[in-house]
Order: sequence, then structure tokens, then C-alpha cells
Amino acid sequence: MSLLLIALLPFLCIPLPLLAVHYGRTACAWVTALGPAIALALLLGSAPTVFGGETVTVAWSWLPVLGLELAFVLDGYSLLFAALILGIGLLIILYARYYLSESDPMGRFYAMLLAFMGAMLGIVLSNNLILMVIFWELTSISSFLLIGYWRHLAEARQGARMALTITGAGGLCLLAGVLLLGEIVGSYELTTVLDSGELIRAHPLYELTLVLILLGAFTKSAQVPFHFWLPHAMAAPTPVSAYLHSATMVKAGVFLLARLFPALAGSDLWFFLVSGVGLATLVFGAYGALFKDDLKGLLAYSTISHLGLITLLFGLGTPAGAVAGVFHIINHATFKASLFMSAGIIDHEAGTRDIRRLGGLRHKMPHTMWLATIAAASMAGVPLLNGFISKEMFFAEVVVESERLGAAGWLLPAVATLGGLLSAAYSIRFVHDVFFGDSRESLPKEPHEPPRYMRVPVEVLIGICVAVGVAPALVIGPVLDVAMAGVLRGEVPYYSLALWHGFKLPLFMSVIALGGGLLLYLWRDRAEALHERVFPAITGKGTFEAVLAGAVALSRGITRAFDNGSVQRNLAWLLTAAIVLGGYGLWTGGYSVGDAHQTPAPWAAFGIWAMLLAAMTALVVLHRNRLIALILVGVAGLLSAVTFIYISAPDLALTQLSVEVVSVILLLMALRLLPEHTPRESSAGRRLRDGALAVLGGGGVAAAAYAVMTQPFTTISDYHLVNSVPGGGGSNVVNVILVDFRGFDTFGEITVLGIAAACVFALLAQGASATESAHRESNHPLMLLVGSRVMLPMMVAVALYIFLRGHNLPGGGFIAGLVATVALVTQYMASGIHWSERRFTGSYFPVIGWGLLIAGATGVVSWLFGAPFLTSAYTYVDWPVLGHFEIASAMAFDLGVFLTVVGAVVLMLANLGKQPAHGDKEESSWSS
Amino acid sequence: MEFLIATGIGAMTAAGIYLMLRRRTFPVILGLSLLSYAVNLFLVSSGRIAINQPPVIQAGVSEYTDPLPQALVLTAIVIGFAMTAFVLVLAVKARTETGSDDVDGGA
Repeated sequence: MSLLLIALLPFLCIPLPLLAVHYGRTACAWVTALGPAIALALLLGSAPTVFGGETVTVAWSWLPVLGLELAFVLDGYSLLFAALILGIGLLIILYARYYLSESDPMGRFYAMLLAFMGAMLGIVLSNNLILMVIFWELTSISSFLLIGYWRHLAEARQGARMALTITGAGGLCLLAGVLLLGEIVGSYELTTVLDSGELIRAHPLYELTLVLILLGAFTKSAQVPFHFWLPHAMAAPTPVSAYLHSATMVKAGVFLLARLFPALAGSDLWFFLVSGVGLATLVFGAYGALFKDDLKGLLAYSTISHLGLITLLFGLGTPAGAVAGVFHIINHATFKASLFMSAGIIDHEAGTRDIRRLGGLRHKMPHTMWLATIAAASMAGVPLLNGFISKEMFFAEVVVESERLGAAGWLLPAVATLGGLLSAAYSIRFVHDVFFGDSRESLPKEPHEPPRYMRVPVEVLIGICVAVGVAPALVIGPVLDVAMAGVLRGEVPYYSLALWHGFKLPLFMSVIALGGGLLLYLWRDRAEALHERVFPAITGKGTFEAVLAGAVALSRGITRAFDNGSVQRNLAWLLTAAIVLGGYGLWTGGYSVGDAHQTPAPWAAFGIWAMLLAAMTALVVLHRNRLIALILVGVAGLLSAVTFIYISAPDLALTQLSVEVVSVILLLMALRLLPEHTPRESSAGRRLRDGALAVLGGGGVAAAAYAVMTQPFTTISDYHLVNSVPGGGGSNVVNVILVDFRGFDTFGEITVLGIAAACVFALLAQGASATESAHRESNHPLMLLVGSRVMLPMMVAVALYIFLRGHNLPGGGFIAGLVATVALVTQYMASGIHWSERRFTGSYFPVIGWGLLIAGATGVVSWLFGAPFLTSAYTYVDWPVLGHFEIASAMAFDLGVFLTVVGAVVLMLANLGKQPAHGDKEESSWSS
Repeated sequence: MEFLIATGIGAMTAAGIYLMLRRRTFPVILGLSLLSYAVNLFLVSSGRIAINQPPVIQAGVSEYTDPLPQALVLTAIVIGFAMTAFVLVLAVKARTETGSDDVDGGA
């Protein structure tokens, strides 16, 4: 249980910084640190169990059909990573408190940081592959937000977009790979998959699966050729870079390589693909770092290089290589985070991070100099620091594995040494160019030491670097042991964390790397001149932007070919497509009329049918006169209401009838604001085309309807018919379905109704006040006025009656609501808007709101009784005068429906009525 | 009866389509309304035609028409009205803003 809490705590704490920021910046930082600190404490509390050799797992079923479980695992490896994420995360929270300026929204920063932290924790703790991919994509999204934190900077937005595109696309590949993996194994449970290595590697889909998963890992870990997003992500605030590019985001890729190591590694394809890409990235990144003038750019390329190194180690496919890889993950996280933070301090205090402008800072920032120098020395692989030990292990592994390449065996150690040499050279450059040499006068700020607590996180990390470097077996040995037991799932091979291995090849490689690095730094001018001439001008960013622009142009071209922005054309295409698809179905499936019993038609039905056809014909011919067209459409509506009565749908007939009334009023009011006639514009050809579409469409629908109606069928409604009275307590099955069986649907529908009313109100909000001065009340016809006022109580009584009987006889909230609406709208028409608004209510929004609230609350109440949302209950009561009555909770729900309908419909009508017509700003349709 | 209803649905669909393809907002809205009448009738009739068998439970009656399509269509009618109102207001607003009721914003 505590494992679930550890994984979810950062997410749960997201609102805290947003709230706490109002109480000051320090309070905000403290409150933010609370969640991760508790999670870290819980994690360390579970550590003894893990060190005792146990693996903690928890699981809850989520979507069992898809194999998705909310499952977490804590073994040595995930423990190590979770501790890194939370520990460095806490240091970053402290650092960011002093890094962010007054004008930066701090609450938002910390909230996004927590989201990212939670996503990272989710990746390393997931015991379900699909769950892991979900968290993987969450890191892509939250890192997008973090990189683009300074949203006013174009380069921040571009960098964020690039990171999201590359890592998001990689995440989709990973998803595909993981799905294949799950299919191969038959389970998405990580621990099961890891124990099925033999099965996976022997499967015909292994190669495809491997490539897809590697694409995910390589994009995330910025391996060549997907590396270019990382340098552009440096537009983020430095705490973000320090976090994302040392211990987290980019480490997710190499985390995955190690996590799936037992399942995927060991084949030749793995060896060549992973170690090849790693080797290329190692050298490319180190070479790029040498010529970067931006401190963070240098660190970015150096990160790429070190990620390549780690990838190469896992690529070797041997347990010893994996040990060195995991060890270097820890070391790189510590020294790179402290280097990024140092770079941030320099930037913060000197106002620039351009190496060419910096120099001689050792006098102004002696403390920072020591910290940065030790971290850089660790990066270069200087003895007595942690970077040295893992680099030695790396060289040793490379030497051992070089035999696999046969005659080209020398290549691997040689290139590895070259990588080490470049690494030493840029580390020296980082320190020497910034802190030594002449002091510069033209810095944007007068440099000085940072606030005390801004240095603390760096000092903690440097302390770890030195401790691990001096006494590795003591400090990190047990942690590495238990982590490797998790990675390799069994025996950990013998490895030595000693500082001294004797005069062997790896030591000479180290010496060459460090000495050569120094020489290269001294000759850097010549190297730079060579670089200018040789280095290709093609940049990852340029290619990326070109590909992106091409894709956008292509899709825009395709869209434009079909859609030129014309509604007419769109509709024509839509209808044509529907007709073609329907025609295709008819062509391939054939048409058959069923032989179900046909209902005999009375003469009246023929009469109605003839009227409808005549009305439709007249409509097409006369539609340019809009009033006539409106009447003819109303005829169609009334005829369908009559049809509903005939085919045993009394509820529908009532609804259609009352909707018809309000529709016609609405259309009439709109007509007042629109031209009375439609001009004759369409060419004969266009009319012919439209006519053909209409005949084809109408004919197709008629044929389909006829075929459907004559087929015998089975229905699921028997359930509703049987359970309506005993389960829902009502004999009007249609109403019981609406308020009970499918109550949730109805709830959604009345919500839509409310939203539509709000939209109508918003659209008409301007210009509706022009009626304030319109006092033409005396203009209203006296007969209508008197009649409407007499009618009002009767109509309300009818509405009430229809509402009350709705559960058992045709009626209910919808119909009663419409009847009540008609009653109210009649008053508006007869007496004017001012008279009515003074007597009814000025705003119908509260009515809609109460309706939705009552309906929702009825649903929620059933939770209190342990029943699902909207379960209804009913009972019978004896009232003194009225007699035996039924009270159902569904009636409260129906009341909500009633209020929403009344509020929404009157709101729409009243607001349209308030609109001043063209030319008469003072007039409203209620008084004309 | 089935034939009459089917052709009635077809006639409303055809007129609806023709009006939807006009150039001015008002006929397009009327066309959409007609189309929704046709669709509603189609949906109800997918529960097959039954005479004098309303889905209201009564003692001694065992044959009822299918209530489910009716419940679907009842809300569809009300939602259809809300959509008509919304599109109408859009049309009115467009006329006020652009001075034209052309669906493509032309003169």
C-alpha cells in the first residue's frame, strides 16, 4: 500500500504549491518539498525489506481486458532509481527557490516539477508494461511544460515542442513494442516478461519488438540521430535542465535498457544496434561539447556523450557491462546535476553563461569554483572521484569485449579512449575558461557568491561524488549489489570497486585520455579551426524543422484540395461520401425486403402521407419565401407528431408537439432578424446537382428504412419492460428508461441543453440591452393579453399534471418542462419582456443550475446507500386527502430535468427576443 | 403502413438535403430540422411498427412496442431543438456581424 502512496504522492501534491505560493516563496518551496520528502521517507522505510532480498509488489486491476493493471514493483533497481529521482528532486526544489526570480510564477513551476517527478517515479516503479508507457508519455508531456516554462521566449517554445515531438513519437514506438512484447509473452506484467527472455529472443517478432522498444529508449536518452532535441531543451530554467538531464528524463531511456536487459539483451542484433548507437553517440556528443560556447550547451552535449557511454555498456550485453552501466548512471546523475547547478549559479550571478565572455571568476566565486572543479574532474575521470571508477570499469569492459569484433577488435578500445579524451578536454575547458584566466570587466552583472542555500544542493552532491570516489566499496557497494540483483534477476557477477587494479590496459587508457585531453585543450585553437572546416553544416534542428514544415505543407495541401472553407462545398462532399458509402454497401451486400408481418394502413394514413409529400414538394419549390417555408416545415413536424401517436409512441407525440410550438416561435423570431426572402442564386446546374443528391439520399434512406422495418428482429427492451414496474417503480417504460435505466444518458443530455442555452446567451450578450428603453407595452393586443393571463394558471396546472403522472402514464419532466415553457413564453409574447421579467425571474441561469444540481444530487444520494450512481428507490405513502401515492426518487431526477428544460428553453427564447432588429434599435420582438 | 412511413422518411430526407445545400443560412437550418425529423422517425420505426401497443405497463396486456428507441428519440427531439436554437443564433449573429446571411460569408 505504501508503494502506491510513494508512486502517487507527487501527483497528489500538485495543488499544494499552487495554493502555497500566496504565502511567500520560501513557504511555497517547503510545501512542495513535503510530498517528495514523505515519499522518500516511505521509500527508505521499505529499503531494509529490499536489501533483505525481497521484491515488493502491489497490484490492482484497472482494465483487465487490455492487460492494464495498476501494478508497482520495488526491487533493488527501482529502489535505486526512485531514491535518485526523489533525492535529487528535493535538492532541485531547494535550488529552484533561489534560482527563480520574483517575476517567475513559482507555484506553476513547482506544480509542473511535481507532475514530472510523479511521472518519472511511475516509470521506474511500474510493474505493468502498459502502465509504464502511460507514465513514459506523462514525462514527455510534463517535460514539454517544464522546458517551455518561460513561455514568452520563442526558443523555449521551440525547444519544448521539439522535445515533445521526438520523445512523444519515441513513446508511441515504445507502446507498439511493448504491445508486441506483451503478446509474445502473454502477459504485460514486468516481472513475468523479464523471466521470459528465452521465449522472447526465439520469437519471430523479436527483431521488430526490439527495434521499436529501442526507438523509444534512444529518443528519450537523446542517442544519435535523435540527440538534437536535448541541446534545444536547454532553453528551460536551469533547475529543470539539472533535473531532466542528469537523473531523470534522459535517464528513462537507459533505465529501460537496463530494466528490459534480461528480456531483450543477449542477441547479436542487440549488441550491434545498442553498442553501435552508444559508441557513435559517445564520440559525437563529446566532440560537440568541445566546441560549445554556451555552458549549458557544453553540458548538454556532454550529457549526450555520457548517455552514449551508458548505452554502449548495456549494448555489450554482458552482466559485467550492465554493472558498469548502472554504476555510471548513479555517478553521472550526481556530477552532472551539480555541474548544471553550478552553471546556473554562474549564469545567475554573472548574468551570462557564454564561455567566451566569462573568465577569472576564481576571485569572485571561490567557493563555487571548488564545487564546479570537483564535479568537472569527476566528469573527466580524475582518480579519487566517482567518475574515475566507472570510467575504469567502462574501459575494462570494452577491452574484454573487443575480442568479439575479431580483427577490428582494436576499434572499440580506441574509440572509447577517444571519447574519454574529448571528455577530459571539455571538462578542462569548462573549469579553466570560466574560473581562470583574466577577469572580464564587461559582464552584465558584478559576479559574487550565490545565496548560502543555493550552494547546499551542489555541496551535497559533491560530497557524494567524493565519498563514492574515495571509498566506493563501502559507500555504494551494497546499493549497487542490490540494484544489480534487480536488473539481472539472479546472480550478480563478480566485480571490483577497488581504486587500484594494477598496471593494466584500462589504466593506460585513462592516462592517455587525461593527458590527451589536456593537450587537446592546449591546442584548442588549432582544433577549432579544423572543426570549422570539417564539421558538416547540417544541424539536427534544421532537418527537424524542414521535415515538420514539409509535413504541415503536405497535410494543408490535402486539406485544401477538398475544403476551400465553403460550407456548401463541405456539405456536398459529406453527403456525396455518405451516399457513395451507402451505395457501396448496397452494391456489395445486396438489398432484400424482409417478410415480417406488414401493418395494414388505414385510409387516414394515406391522407397524412399525401399531405407530407405535398408539403415537401411545395417546400422545395417555394422555399425562397421563408415564412411559407417555415410553415411547411412546421407541417412536417406536426405530421410526425401524428405519426407518433399512431405508432404507439404517445410520449414522443407530446414532446414533438410541444417542441414544435417553441421551434416555430424561435424560427419566427429569428426570421425577424434575417431577410424575409432567399434570393434566387443557384445556377441550374447547381440545382440539378443538389436535386440529384437529394433524390439519391432520400431514396437511399427510404429504402433502408423499409428494409429495416420489414426484417424480423429481437430487442433488448424485454428487460426494460419486465423490470420497469418492479425495478423502477413506474409503468411508463419510456419515462422509466429516461430517469432510471438510462438516467446517466439523460443527465448528459440535459447538461448539453444547459450548455447550448449558455452559448446562445453568450452569443447574444452584446446588443441585448438595447431594449431597456422600449416601453411599448400598450401596443399588445388586449384579447391576447387578457387571454394569456387567464391561461397561465391553467397551463401551469397542465404542466404539473403531466409532470406528476409521467412516471406511470405518458408525460414526464421533458414534456412538462416544454409545456411550462410555452406557458411562460405566451406571457412574454402577450405582455412584453419587461412585464414578464418583472414578474418571473430576471435570469434563467439559476433555474438551469438548480435543475442540473438536483438531477446530479439525486444520482449522488444513491452512493450514500452503497448503490451505483442514479439508482432509484420508491415507496408508497398514504396522504390524508389525496390517497394512495407513489414517491420515487426518480421523480426528483425528473424535477431536475423539468427545471433544466424550462430554464434553457426560456433563456434561449427570451434572449433571441431581446435582440433589436436591423434598423430599429429601440424595438424588441416581444413588443412589435 | 411500413411503405408509407419509409417513403415519408425519404421525402423529408430529400427535402432536407436539398435545403441544406442552399447558400443562405435560414434554408440550411430548416433543412437540418427536416433531417432530424426524418432521423427521429427512422429511429422509432427501427423498433418496428406496432399499433395500439404503447409501452405503458397495464394489467392483462402482454404486447408492447419497443420502448428503447422512443426513449432515445425523446431526448433527441429536445437536443435537436437546442441545436436548432444554437445554429439559429449563430446565423443571426453572423448576419449582425457580417451583414450577410450567406453560409460562406459572401455578400
